[in-house]
Amino acid sequence: MTAFLRQCLALAEMELRKLRHDPTELATRALQPVLWLAVFGEVLARIRGMPTTGHMPYLDFLAPGVLAQSVLFIGIFYGIAVIWERDLGIVHKLLVSPAPRVALVLGKALSGGVRGLSQGVAVYLLAWLLGVGLNWRPAALAGVALAILLGAATFSTFSLIIACIVKTRERFMGIGQVLTMPLFFASNAVYPISIMPEWLKVAAHVNPLTYEVDAMRALMVRGGSSVFGLGLDFGVLLAATVVLVALASRLYSNLVR
Amino acid sequence: MDRLDLTVQTGEVFGLLGPNGAGKTTVIKMLTTLLPPTSGHAMVAGFDIQRQPARVRAAIGYVPQLVSVDGSLTGYENLLIFAKLYGVPRSERRERIAASLEFVGLHNAAYRMVRGYSGGMMRRLEIALAMLHRPRVLFMDEPTVGLDPLARQAVWERVQSLVEEFSMTIFLTTHFMEEADHLCDRVAIMNLGHVAALGSPEDLKVSIGKAEATLDEVFSRYTGHQLETGGDFREISRTRRTIARRG
Repeated sequence: MTAFLRQCLALAEMELRKLRHDPTELATRALQPVLWLAVFGEVLARIRGMPTTGHMPYLDFLAPGVLAQSVLFIGIFYGIAVIWERDLGIVHKLLVSPAPRVALVLGKALSGGVRGLSQGVAVYLLAWLLGVGLNWRPAALAGVALAILLGAATFSTFSLIIACIVKTRERFMGIGQVLTMPLFFASNAVYPISIMPEWLKVAAHVNPLTYEVDAMRALMVRGGSSVFGLGLDFGVLLAATVVLVALASRLYSNLVR
Repeated sequence: MDRLDLTVQTGEVFGLLGPNGAGKTTVIKMLTTLLPPTSGHAMVAGFDIQRQPARVRAAIGYVPQLVSVDGSLTGYENLLIFAKLYGVPRSERRERIAASLEFVGLHNAAYRMVRGYSGGMMRRLEIALAMLHRPRVLFMDEPTVGLDPLARQAVWERVQSLVEEFSMTIFLTTHFMEEADHLCDRVAIMNLGHVAALGSPEDLKVSIGKAEATLDEVFSRYTGHQLETGGDFREISRTRRTIARRG
């Protein structure tokens, strides 16, 4: 068991060390949240009609959605990174190492989580600068961190599965876009579920992103509350992670076939 | 890949010689448990590749054809991560990494970023990486493709030292007949998915009646082809990309 843990952590450590050598990537990834919060959010905040839960200001409502969205994008990017020719030799080495496939996949998921957390710091900073009423209590912060980790794990593993199936970068690029945007818009990231048309509500209910945003909304901003209950939120995220990791572990070796 | 039947002795340097597309990489992928064979069985380091893959992996090292080191880390960090993956005990890690770096002559460049390494240095780091856990068998897929003659010589010397100092069995693939001639105790000549001839370089040359022949000539005689031909688009562009990255 300790060997397993050591192997997962080794892969996450690889990611941390890369970030330490070149932290500029953190800054460039922070650009999208800036656009969403500072531009889109500010503009839409002028509309009085958005029925956010508890009459929260729209910017407060949006901030968790933006956080979840950037974690989603980082996760999807992760699958692409795996099938860049540049990294394929490394995948060979990992698959020939004694680390079990599950450890490799979990290690990758954890690495995605690490990047997600760094993104979380950026979004919190940005939200604070824009006057969002953030919840700074340690328990709440820990909760958000957990949601980020599980969300990043879910979507980076999802992306890894797609990569294992399509195997080439060109095919992935097309599919990646097709999947990311619908996941984002069929969720409660930028608008509450209550104002969605029925068909979209159905989609939102089966989308793990919805539960991730719901948990973040409850924990990240003052006066936030969960529509589904935190138990269900984290339950869904955990279940999604487990199922996807199991599937990815079976498919991972397809990358080198 | 049609059919393969061979036995490699412990401590031997064995080569698969053939052009791109001959099936060499397929063979290595099967023996390193990356690809399950469609039929037949194989034992590597005493373990069955299909029934005991985990034990095979723990006992072998692998230097792939594609670049397998991370350019965004230092040489030392690449080794550290794999030391952890292979379960090198914490107390031995530093020393083992230092010894491996010393062996391949990279101890002075250990803390530089790998993306600044030359092609030869990358290849030597990959050798250090593959030998870190002191495997019994080392697989090398086109070990010197894309390297300049000096770097190639350095790699050859390292391979020979691996056999002398660690009694490693080496299984390599190559399309450079000079490499097979220089390094290998025995060679299997492969073309279009099957083995055309098998024996030591000297024996093979004698068998075509010309002791000073080149393996190129041996190849043509046994397969009726030139060593240069072969390889589909993907294989060739992949080789070129490897060469470009190592250049």
